[in-house]
Amino acid sequence: MNQKRTGSLLIRGGHVIDPAAKLDATMDILLRDGHVADVAPSNKLRGASSETFDARGLIVAPGFIDLHVHLREPGQSYKETIASGTAAAAAGGFTSVCCMPNTLPIVDSPEWVTWLQLPDRRAVVNVFPIAAATHASKGAVLTDFRALQRAGAVAISDDGRPILNDAIMRETLRLAAEIGIPVIQHAEDTRITEHCSMNESPTSFRLGLRGMAASAEASVVERDVQLAQQFTGSRLHVAHISTAEALKVVRRGKRNNIRVTCEVTPHHFSLVDEDVGDYDTNFKMNPPLRSAADREAVLVALADGTIDAIATDHAPHALHEKVVEFERAMFGITGLETALALAITKLHREQKIPLTRIVELFTAGPARVVNLKGRGSLARGNYADVTIFDPKKRWTFEVGKSRSKSRNSPFDGWQLTGKVVATIVGGRVVHRTD
Amino acid sequence: MIAIRKDQTSNIPAIAPGSLLGIEHMAAAEIMSLLKAAARMNPRRSRPPLRGKRVLLLFYEPSTRTRSSFEIAAKSLGAITTLVQSSGSSIEKGESLLDTVYTLRAVGADILVIRHPNAGAPLLAARHLDIPVINAGDGMHEHPSQALLDAYTILRHKKTLNGLHITIVGDIYHSRVARSAIHLFSKFGAKITLCGPADFLPELAASLAPGLHLSRTVEDAVRGADAVMVLRVQKERLAGKKISLQEYILKYQVTAERLKLAKKDALLMHPGPIVRGLELTSEVADCAQSVIVEEVQNGVPVRMAILARALGKGKDGR
Repeated sequence: MNQKRTGSLLIRGGHVIDPAAKLDATMDILLRDGHVADVAPSNKLRGASSETFDARGLIVAPGFIDLHVHLREPGQSYKETIASGTAAAAAGGFTSVCCMPNTLPIVDSPEWVTWLQLPDRRAVVNVFPIAAATHASKGAVLTDFRALQRAGAVAISDDGRPILNDAIMRETLRLAAEIGIPVIQHAEDTRITEHCSMNESPTSFRLGLRGMAASAEASVVERDVQLAQQFTGSRLHVAHISTAEALKVVRRGKRNNIRVTCEVTPHHFSLVDEDVGDYDTNFKMNPPLRSAADREAVLVALADGTIDAIATDHAPHALHEKVVEFERAMFGITGLETALALAITKLHREQKIPLTRIVELFTAGPARVVNLKGRGSLARGNYADVTIFDPKKRWTFEVGKSRSKSRNSPFDGWQLTGKVVATIVGGRVVHRTD
Repeated sequence: MIAIRKDQTSNIPAIAPGSLLGIEHMAAAEIMSLLKAAARMNPRRSRPPLRGKRVLLLFYEPSTRTRSSFEIAAKSLGAITTLVQSSGSSIEKGESLLDTVYTLRAVGADILVIRHPNAGAPLLAARHLDIPVINAGDGMHEHPSQALLDAYTILRHKKTLNGLHITIVGDIYHSRVARSAIHLFSKFGAKITLCGPADFLPELAASLAPGLHLSRTVEDAVRGADAVMVLRVQKERLAGKKISLQEYILKYQVTAERLKLAKKDALLMHPGPIVRGLELTSEVADCAQSVIVEEVQNGVPVRMAILARALGKGKDGR
């Protein structure tokens, strides 16, 4: 983000939830010159501010961080651009997004990592690139992690093309550990999921669709955890975890003090495989929607701390890639604008998971995973990235009004609770609803 | 003016009445009225009910009996038929399914019959067209006209489907015929036994409909059956599986000896094409109880009833 210094903004009277700072109270926050200048009980801040935001009745949280988005640039701007994707992010309350490298071409060089962050991309929120682990994500020749990190990459991943070769994955973890960069794995044994388009389940059998076994996820997580513990300082992050089996492996790893983290998507905690109905391609994504028991395990893991972050896996696709035969449809759905509302509706209201925990999953949790310094908390001196939302506001998501260039959401027409009111990046309001 | 629904973002557009996309969502009464209509179909009638109508046969997969059967059924009703196959058409040039069916609608199709390798393809077409769509087999999903002609065939020999013991042996996992048959027989209260090795009959199969029994022993499965439906086994599908071809033949092939375990008047059925010496012996294929040829014959009146129903002309056979 190339941002002008912005003067100051006083966010007054809001209920501040900042899990990293252990704050859960009515506070005023003063933002100045792109940073948090002060946080204090109401009406104690008397410093002059050029602007005031009345946040009474609203939650004021650190800016949300999405560890997993597909912004489709370079190469597929018909699906999304960095400008449109980050506009959707801002509307969803995200002040930072980490974009996956599976673009055209694959982001496997420092040049592309730099390109993603240029002002010409017209990003409205912070963009943190994730760079490929291997050249063209072909799983054979490792990229230059150090150079990629220097150019701004916050993690290494061959997302969408899991690293299955043991030797390559070991080497990836070893080299990443040396420079302290996390390795994100899309855990799927693609050798046994070929031609599959949904979860293996009564629904897949009924529809005559080849089903992905849950074990195809767990086996890769298991292998990766084994490898990760061989190298001091290695940090393994499991992308979009979706099965009870894989969660068990992560939980065990954490108990054994292995640095393994994981994220879950809003659709995996909101939907199950049955929701595919009769071939609705807006319910086709990878990993696929899983069984009710898997969803149950995800809910438990969200509550008990096994899961570190909620990440959208925002995956925009054009209509002609989705309004086709189910087996030929692209995997993936959009998710930036519905994530918070789904978390509040499905996790807070239905499952009684406290708001502080939900905010943690959007802020401190993901910030820790990719080690984003000065973000994920509103501590004094941190970046002035703030998300302000109304946890009680009821609204209906209309995909036709999405800021994304694509329309592939299963949540069109859903009545949800919890709405972003303002998104502030570096002290500047980049999104505001009335 | 042709009304083609191109509103691709709307959730689930309505489907033209008269479409036949699968057995799963059909009511038993609807099935029965179709079967009754089939019994009244007369291919040699002088005033054919679909005269001047255009039936488009869109086949993305090779087919002998289903294609010729639909074509003869349509022509017997007085309709004009046109066959479009994936090879030699714009499909080869990368045209999407929806663009292809919009084109066929635009040239004047009144009914579209689709055979497609992808499950759900006919439903996708039906959701975007204002004419009835008939599923002539979609991937591993359904093959409703086959299930209907099988039920029709059984009813020519048995009074009712209710309480019958029907055994299906073979590659059930890959079979759209099996899925449609299971839905249909289950709706009429038949006792259904499915038999095959785990690769062809996963435990999940039991979830498809109420009252299903799974068996790994063909003798147990066949014993006391009123009808034994044998499914084709594709050799290439046994590649890399736990069970070898020899082992399959040894354990699951329907032989004369095994067929003897069924009821005396049991019917031996097969949707075809049969592979003699694999899923069944030549002796069984040609035995007195075999209705394999009759099934093919019955396909014509049943598909006539399906096409007549598609345009609302089925009720009185005219």
